[in-house]
Amino acid sequence: MKFDTPAGPNPIDRMKVVGQPHDRVDGPLKVTGTAPYAYERHAVAPGALYGFILGAAIAKGRIAAIDTRRADAAPGVKAVVSYLNAGPLGKGGKNTAKLLAGPEVDHYHQAVAIVVADTFEQARAAARLIDVDYVRGSGAFDLAAAAPTAPLTGGSSKEGSAAPKLDRVGDFESAFAAAPVTLDATYTTPDEAHAMMEPFATIAAWDGDRLTVWTSNQMINWAHEDLAKTLGFAPDKLRVDSPFIGGGFGGKLFLRADAVMAALGAKAAGRPVKVAMTRPMMFNNATHRPATIQRIRLGAERSGKLTAIAHEATSGDLPGGSPETATSQTKLLYAAPNRLIGQRLAVLDLPEGNAMRAPGEASGLMALEIAMDEMAEKLGLDPVEFRIVNDTQVDPEKPGRQFSQRQLVRCLREGAERFGWRARDAQPGRRRDGDTLIGLGVATAFRNNINMKSGARVRLGGDGVVTVETDMTDIGTGSYTVIAQTAAEMMGVGLDRVVVRLGDSDFPTSSGSGGQWGGNSSTSGVYAACVKLREAVAQRLGLDPAACDFADGEVRSGGRGVALTSAARDGELVADDTMTYGTLGKQYQQSTFGAHFVEVGVDAYTGEIRVRRMLAVCAAGRILNPKTARSQVIGAMTMGVGGALMEELVVDTRFGFFVNHDLAGYEVPVHADIPHQEVVFLDEADDKVSPMKAKGVGELGLCGVGAAVANAAYNATGVRIRDYPLTLDKHLDRLPEVGAMRRA
Amino acid sequence: MECTDGLHLSRRGVLAGGVASVAVAAAPAAEARLASAAPPAMMPVSLEVNGRHHDLRLDPRTTLLDTLRDHLQLTGTKKGCDHGQCGACTVIVNGHRINSCLSLAVQHDRDRITTIEGLGTPDRLHPMQAAFVRHDGFQCGYCTPGQICSAVAVLDEIKAGIPSHVSHDLATPMRPTNTELRERMSGNICRCGAYSNIAEAITEVAGAAA
Repeated sequence: MKFDTPAGPNPIDRMKVVGQPHDRVDGPLKVTGTAPYAYERHAVAPGALYGFILGAAIAKGRIAAIDTRRADAAPGVKAVVSYLNAGPLGKGGKNTAKLLAGPEVDHYHQAVAIVVADTFEQARAAARLIDVDYVRGSGAFDLAAAAPTAPLTGGSSKEGSAAPKLDRVGDFESAFAAAPVTLDATYTTPDEAHAMMEPFATIAAWDGDRLTVWTSNQMINWAHEDLAKTLGFAPDKLRVDSPFIGGGFGGKLFLRADAVMAALGAKAAGRPVKVAMTRPMMFNNATHRPATIQRIRLGAERSGKLTAIAHEATSGDLPGGSPETATSQTKLLYAAPNRLIGQRLAVLDLPEGNAMRAPGEASGLMALEIAMDEMAEKLGLDPVEFRIVNDTQVDPEKPGRQFSQRQLVRCLREGAERFGWRARDAQPGRRRDGDTLIGLGVATAFRNNINMKSGARVRLGGDGVVTVETDMTDIGTGSYTVIAQTAAEMMGVGLDRVVVRLGDSDFPTSSGSGGQWGGNSSTSGVYAACVKLREAVAQRLGLDPAACDFADGEVRSGGRGVALTSAARDGELVADDTMTYGTLGKQYQQSTFGAHFVEVGVDAYTGEIRVRRMLAVCAAGRILNPKTARSQVIGAMTMGVGGALMEELVVDTRFGFFVNHDLAGYEVPVHADIPHQEVVFLDEADDKVSPMKAKGVGELGLCGVGAAVANAAYNATGVRIRDYPLTLDKHLDRLPEVGAMRRA
Repeated sequence: MECTDGLHLSRRGVLAGGVASVAVAAAPAAEARLASAAPPAMMPVSLEVNGRHHDLRLDPRTTLLDTLRDHLQLTGTKKGCDHGQCGACTVIVNGHRINSCLSLAVQHDRDRITTIEGLGTPDRLHPMQAAFVRHDGFQCGYCTPGQICSAVAVLDEIKAGIPSHVSHDLATPMRPTNTELRERMSGNICRCGAYSNIAEAITEVAGAAA
């Protein structure tokens, strides 16, 4: 089915099942520990051996020699594989760095070898007995040092966000020079880690020249393609299966070393092999969100109307990599006749930079939305009003192009009302609660909506059960549940009559999970397959499909109702289809919007920032399941607090690696850091997007949160911090005098 | 470290052995000798897991976590970091929650262990498990068994009057306030960020139990 004209009324509009806050259908499995994640699938490969990956001890250089004799001789060892005996390997199309080092080493902890042994303890011990002689090369590891000479480079996050190397509208320089009120400030965001709870893990088993990997990957189709390409064999001999995924956030979008090394180890040992990457290896072995340096210039009339916007961002990546497209949202978010966007990319020899939740916008809004707060203050305007004054209903670069739906202003107004924004003191540092300085902050949330082609197969069994099969993944997003709701709504049955099977490359190719496209795209694919199944049912029952209504387990036509089950009495009905998209996404700018409101308390003595209240108001099309969508947003808000206050991969610029490479050193929010969170979804249905009329929401929730926290901290203290994360050392020496506060 | 069948190692003995291993690991020659020696002697250990008795013979390096996951195939207990930094491996041992990755199985001879599988099943959920489903206290589900084991133990700790870092008044009975719950649950990381919902799930169960 091709979606090329705006959706008319359809069965989803009934919203008897879709749009309802159903509990997750996979909930009982997850809360009882019976949902099988990659490493836990004992039944699929009984007697699997254990693999342990050794990572490179240098960031850049080459391997002069590898001596595996001691490891080979260690108890229980069945195989040791390095580049010396792995055979020729290709590189996945979506990998920047190859996944097995040798002889060149491209980054620290790049996989060097795998040891396969009878037990985990034996493999781990033997991995330490591999002697590797490295020749250390020189590399570039310091973004600040490399930035001044970094060339202009456009790019795409491969996950929806894209920015050109240079984009000009009007005459920015003249308008900025002429503007009565201006801001010119530079902001930095650090390298960040996905830090999903489930480590990269794979069980690999060969059957002759056929390979199956049970792994943990967000994009089955990408993993399938790239693993076949890396190992150099035909994709039809490979099966990738990933029914449960313990978080990804973009870290599992791509084929990673666990799958490649498990496959190589299993081949060498002649038996199935299971591999889980150790936590301390994940941070440097895999991808991360690259650090950025962002310069923002704003020029406005005294009324608050922006006349000039410039956003220039620099990030770094390995040779052949791509930029963190932090300027992406600035193309579309606020009106101004004169605009400049520039994107620079330095070559750095740190681990591979790549997509992490809301790549581009997450980093970009951390900077842009502080700049908007600073500008509002210069103008003497309320930050909410300043954003409203500069709203646009058209693409600012192409004014003939409208947004499919844009309710940013309503998000801001409704949020301000609900949050009690009026209580905010425009002059910072004046509100106190005992020894705590109180501040309120706001930021806009913005993230583009992306539609991806997505297929599904739907079966109606003789027992009346509707089974959906698609290689879509559920990374905690609720795919199982919203897909079940979609099939139930379309076929007119209860959720208890629907079975959803996901994550298997033998199933029709789906959108996968990334770029907040998964919910809308995968359910649209299921919609398409269900339309076909409805036709098959009607045909089997001798009814006109166009005149049939599917409800309450019946097919109704002309005042007559027939049990749905009766259509499959003489045999299962199967329908298979893929939703594809026309040009509506080009005709209309499809984006999602929101407003984040945050209250923080800053300890007047220590400078410690604590989040006290959070509210997000989101406008993201039809919400398929308010319960799981809300969870996506509160989870993103939590990640946003991490980005604002604590998350930072610390670069050792001498040796070229992330120093704090475990969950004690790389701090993420814990229970104590997160208060009760409120989320409001505006009632929307976007007919330009898909028959589901839904858009993405999982990344929107993260966009802008960091800046809302930073703006609240400024409102509390009067000290502006432009370098994330906002650790207390960055404002402690400039906080209001405690004595003065006491007197007040 | 020499072991014979039937020998019950004291905690002190295991610690001494651990220190010795670190020392040899730092010396390649000694490590090579250690590695090329015969496989380590297996050690017997008896565990009572979810009411079932298990007699095992284990490589003494095996953690309680890997024993549960790989030897007993109780994979509800998760390995998130293997370093005691994330809490995904939380189980209840003799009534107290611990990170099972931080202790060796041989330290737990004759201990009583409750894992997520021992709390409830998909058809018969423990009240805490049911509350997590109702409040959507999870997303990817990987930290969830650890969160739930922790939550069950936290309510017992509060009931037993065990104070936490945020307990201001030790003279009055401990109460499961939002601040107490969040402080006590902070060893269990949820990267999906379901904290707000988890707190509500635990509060509901605490209220029902009170």
